[in-house]
Amino acid sequence: MKRLMLGNEAVARGLFEAGCKIVSSYPGTPSTEITEFAAKYDEIYAEWAPNEKVACETAVGASIGGARAFCAMKHVGMNVAADPMFTAAYTGVNGGLVIGVADDPGMHSSQNEQDSRHYAIAAKLPMVEPSDSAECRDYTKAAYEISEKFDTPVILRLSTRVSHSQSIVEEFPRNEVGVKDYTKNPAKYVMTPANAKGRHVFVEQRMADLTEFAETSELNRVEHADSEIGIITAGIAYQYVREAMGDNVAVLKLGLINPMPKKMILDFAAKYKKIYVVEELDDVIETHCRKLGIEVEGKSIFGFLGELSQRIVAEKLLGSAPEYTEFDGNVPPRPPVLCPGCPHRGVFYTLSKLKLTVSGDIGCYTLGAAAPLFAIDTTICMGASVSALHGFNKARGEEAAAKTVAVIGDSTFMHSGITGLMNITYNQGISTVIILDNRITGMTGHQENPASGHTLKGVEVPPVSLEKICEAAGVKRIRVVDPLDLAAVEAVIREETAVAEPSVIITRSPCALLKSVKRKPALKIDIDKCKGCKMCMKIGCPAISF
Amino acid sequence: MTKSITIVGVGGQGTLLASRILGNLLVSEGFDVKVSEVHGMSQRGGSVVTYVKYGEKVSSPVVEKGEADVVLAFELCEGARWVSMLKKEGTLVVNTQQIDPMPVITGAMEYPENVQEKLRSAGVNVIEIDALKYAEEAGSSKAVNVVMIGALSNFMEFPEEMWIDTIKKTVPEKFVQMNLKAFELGRSIK
Ligand SMILES: Cc1ncc(C[n+]2csc(CCOP(=O)(O)OP(=O)(O)O)c2C)c(N)n1
Repeated sequence: MKRLMLGNEAVARGLFEAGCKIVSSYPGTPSTEITEFAAKYDEIYAEWAPNEKVACETAVGASIGGARAFCAMKHVGMNVAADPMFTAAYTGVNGGLVIGVADDPGMHSSQNEQDSRHYAIAAKLPMVEPSDSAECRDYTKAAYEISEKFDTPVILRLSTRVSHSQSIVEEFPRNEVGVKDYTKNPAKYVMTPANAKGRHVFVEQRMADLTEFAETSELNRVEHADSEIGIITAGIAYQYVREAMGDNVAVLKLGLINPMPKKMILDFAAKYKKIYVVEELDDVIETHCRKLGIEVEGKSIFGFLGELSQRIVAEKLLGSAPEYTEFDGNVPPRPPVLCPGCPHRGVFYTLSKLKLTVSGDIGCYTLGAAAPLFAIDTTICMGASVSALHGFNKARGEEAAAKTVAVIGDSTFMHSGITGLMNITYNQGISTVIILDNRITGMTGHQENPASGHTLKGVEVPPVSLEKICEAAGVKRIRVVDPLDLAAVEAVIREETAVAEPSVIITRSPCALLKSVKRKPALKIDIDKCKGCKMCMKIGCPAISF
Repeated sequence: MTKSITIVGVGGQGTLLASRILGNLLVSEGFDVKVSEVHGMSQRGGSVVTYVKYGEKVSSPVVEKGEADVVLAFELCEGARWVSMLKKEGTLVVNTQQIDPMPVITGAMEYPENVQEKLRSAGVNVIEIDALKYAEEAGSSKAVNVVMIGALSNFMEFPEEMWIDTIKKTVPEKFVQMNLKAFELGRSIK
């Protein structure tokens, strides 16, 4: 059957057809739906892990155990998963292992614009990159073949426009590969220095073999044309090139983007007068071409920032682009905002009122940084609110500490806030940490987490106790408060910032968008009594207007 | 020739369902189709945009400035924001409903004035609809998206039965009747 599929759904379809058995991931836009779709197949066991490192290690273990395994993450998730990934590159696999990573050029919903291709080079791992949904399915399956043939984890690189666009995919049946035998093999799986030395030799040979493979693999494709110029490209950029330039230009489309072929590229470059490299983000293909001694143009005209598009390709290579009319007037921006009824709002209203310095983190609650609340001072990466506050307070001393708090969501706390909290208690910090516990991973669209009480597959489980984790970490002052009770929130924050010892405030109220939440009917403003002071506009609720 | 439609609105207005209905219809008509949506923060009231492209072979999933045949705008100032996507002879189908964005709510900015007049003089075809009124008439303010699909259907070459068939297949069963009514109301606006 043929139907429209999101790129991420097509990856899940590829996992199903390839006989993948185990999926462990941590959510992150734009990668999240892969795991959600994979979970819909009865044949696949899929789970949310507390973070990407755990997810990656789970998948590595499943692979050593003989199953075809997978884990997905967004680009910054790969920073967290990098440690197991770099050494799994040495151990290699038993059952095939594919690691999916979705970059976000243009930062539609990310805190940076890093290019994950550097990871494939640094970890010496093969990386494949599809350019539409049909290729998402095909390349996922091809990745398992490469993984088992060359004894290596394979990285599947996606980007926002590939993950989040739908195109037509044909469905095929599952290839039930089963679970391979496991045999103890310390030389391969116990990475002591002595064993790792042997494996490093293997890794270098494997890269050489893969480069040989890249020369003839169907993943790399030359589309000749009677043109002066030749374009080397990959992934979504290929689609932009085709749209802008039509079929009258020669293109070398790389599907295997690490390692890249040598002879194939040299042969292609020799046939055309002028060679351009069109790639999003960094100059990875361009650098490879230059190393081969090919004169190419790429980043000097396209730059390193943001997304490409057919428009940019046409402007830069053809010197023209479609005309358009602009609206004559100012259109106010429409930024995302905390939802009506969001339990985070009252906390930020209070923090802003108390004029505290707020060490922020990543989640829906990062929106507390925006107008009109302006309540957050820093946002770096998941977990940094807790550890960076500790550093901030060590630098500025006890008096300053009384005017600071960290805010972190429940999912983010379990992802990487716990370690920071232990650092505070162990090293005699006095910081106040607020855990915004809405019982779910809200930001990425409601993924279950260890505190939610059920799993991705819908199984009811006892929720992890945030209080007990904090207690075990050595925090003596743990307060739980309903964030919808503004007076209580303010009182508790005042008390806990005043004491010179570590404290945790858990503001607990489920996300207002959860189906399980019984919402009270919306309140209405009594127009007769309204004095027009506009105080209520200061909480930034989209349901209130004047 | 590839045709391009851009659907814009406010997170929560159901632009995704609209693009799904359109996408499914085009696939069953035998076209190559690409639908592009940006997920992520969209449930929190931000500006959302989806692209639907079809033809013999579609390459890029995104629509850029000056490329759209139709812009289907679920909210008035979103129509103004995205009118630049249209080709010279393109058509803007716009819901005249106004939803204040946060800078307007907080008083930092004003909702733009005379949007409809300005759009009419922007050099594109403009169809204005009070989609909220029709949606409520069909039974729910949530049906704005399908009213808009009804209005869009007048600018596309497919028979009415195909639309009805696709809506039946795409929306949850208990909402089929209401959505068919919303579609008819939208389609009746010429
Ligand atoms: C390393 C990393 N992984 C994933 C993400 C994507 N992401 C951002 S915030 C977040 C979790 C938010 O959940 P929670 O902390 O519970 O806060 P909520 O959004 O529910 O308020 C995720 C998964 C990220 N930014 N960085």
